[in-house]
Amino acid sequence: MSTAKQRVQRARAAERIAKIVTGVAVLGVVGAVASVVGYILWMGAASISWEFLTQPPRMSMTQGGIWPAIWGTVLLTLWTAAFALPIGITAGVYLSEFAPQGVLNRVVRLSIANMAGVPSIVYGLFGLALFVLTMGLGRSVLAGALTLGCLTLPVVITATEEALRQIPRDLRLASLALGATRLRTTWRIVIPAAAPGIVTGSILGLSRAAGETAPILVTAVAFYAPVPRTLLDETMALPYHLYIMATQAVKPAPDVVWGTALVLVAGVSIINVAAATWRSRQRRKIRW
Amino acid sequence: MRGLAGRPTFRRAAEGVVRWVIALCGFAAIAILAAITVFLVINSMRAIREVGLLAMIGGADWFPTSDNAAFGFLPAEAGSFWVTVVALVLAMPIGIAAAIFISEFAGRRVKELLKSFIEFMAAVPSVVLGLLGIFLLVPRVRTVLDLDTGLTAFTGGLVVGLMVMPTVISIAEDAMHAVPADLRTGSYALGNTRWQTTYKVVLPAASSGIFAAVMLGLGRAIGETMVVLMLAGNSGVIPPHPFMSARTMPGTIAGEMAEVVQGGLHYSALFAMGLVLFVITFVINLVADVVLERQRRIWRR
Repeated sequence: MSTAKQRVQRARAAERIAKIVTGVAVLGVVGAVASVVGYILWMGAASISWEFLTQPPRMSMTQGGIWPAIWGTVLLTLWTAAFALPIGITAGVYLSEFAPQGVLNRVVRLSIANMAGVPSIVYGLFGLALFVLTMGLGRSVLAGALTLGCLTLPVVITATEEALRQIPRDLRLASLALGATRLRTTWRIVIPAAAPGIVTGSILGLSRAAGETAPILVTAVAFYAPVPRTLLDETMALPYHLYIMATQAVKPAPDVVWGTALVLVAGVSIINVAAATWRSRQRRKIRW
Repeated sequence: MRGLAGRPTFRRAAEGVVRWVIALCGFAAIAILAAITVFLVINSMRAIREVGLLAMIGGADWFPTSDNAAFGFLPAEAGSFWVTVVALVLAMPIGIAAAIFISEFAGRRVKELLKSFIEFMAAVPSVVLGLLGIFLLVPRVRTVLDLDTGLTAFTGGLVVGLMVMPTVISIAEDAMHAVPADLRTGSYALGNTRWQTTYKVVLPAASSGIFAAVMLGLGRAIGETMVVLMLAGNSGVIPPHPFMSARTMPGTIAGEMAEVVQGGLHYSALFAMGLVLFVITFVINLVADVVLERQRRIWRR
């Protein structure tokens, strides 16, 4: 039989061990990601130059820059936003403000959760079948952006709904009591109050889309293409460029590989950190 | 007078239209999901008709381009299986442990910081991890395990494990966070320590949420494309263990889709593989969602 004192001591020891074990798990995860980013910065820093950022590739990718790939990714991401944001935010508003509770609502939610789990390569197949072939857009910025738009949609919807749910009910009731319709209340009161959350969540979703390779593999990208002049042109893109250069048999200069990785990681990181910082500042400013 | 009477009517009509448009967007998810299903099925039809769905799912050989073409999915299915097993063996314990720390032990500021970090982690592009895997992991796996090649299902699985970590951590953390405070304070009042409260009260209460986190991680792992395409070796044989080169379903589709003749049998077979993949992840996500929803309903009471 153990005494009460022994049992307390054992509980304290278990507490300490649990804290250390779970803490090590967190440190491991954080350390892994930090070293990934750090390693890319370390390896890629030397290749960043004005020429690298602004010139097209030369000498079969061994020299010159990656400007067409940078611009391609920016274009793809902006057009993805143009498709996913209006529909996604509106859908989020519907779910949070207008949707009647019931079976249909449940099915819609189920679909959104499921959409978020569809593998990115399946979106690629879907984009190929619908946008590239059936709609006849060919491999193009437009087809790629529509594909990425489908992939980003559930993220935007979830972020919007989440942000709207944080808005207290009193605010809505006060507006309705003043005679505003539900639509007007939503548009003038609820959405502005939820804007920081909506914007940040959407940006995080878009930054994920910017780094995706599989969906644009068969819908938008080319190994080498000039800067696209119309939305129906093929384009280069950073993730695809990186994939090709990392795996093709004839190795290009490693500078170019690490430089491309750096530009991609830096772009995604800067957007993410900026969005998250802005959100936490806004959150501190508004207290319900 | 008409202005006074007309405006509210007009406004009401406009509002009706706008609300209708809003509802339409709300159903976009259903429409897209349905469209994905339809287009996958239509494009797989040729392979299903000429080879047969079961013959593909159970077929042991994948020789899509030879004269005696064979379209068996087993090599890819087995590869996906091993990659997923390795990924989950890595991500499940570490992810749940990390979620416990964030939810139960971390202070408020640390918690907020860690959650932002996990969010950021999900945005690190998979090609970048694949690139690092090629340079850092592949040579080490080869020398440490004394293999012929470092491009193995195990290598791919390790990196995929890292990739699914944010999903597992954030969903598991959400589930623990959602455990009502009363349960925790009740446990403290009985003299339990934080850790005792965690494993006696919080973990059992959040168990279905944690299960859902693992399921969603599983879905992610099966669908991850670029990392396995770059690291698993894309061999055509059925791997009996994870320490040899393998191909996965997403990797096969991504690797071969760009080079096939559109509308051909190979093209159609790749769509059929996509359909199988889609059905698998759909079922996994459905289970996870139903479990999560049931838990939500229990706590709302």
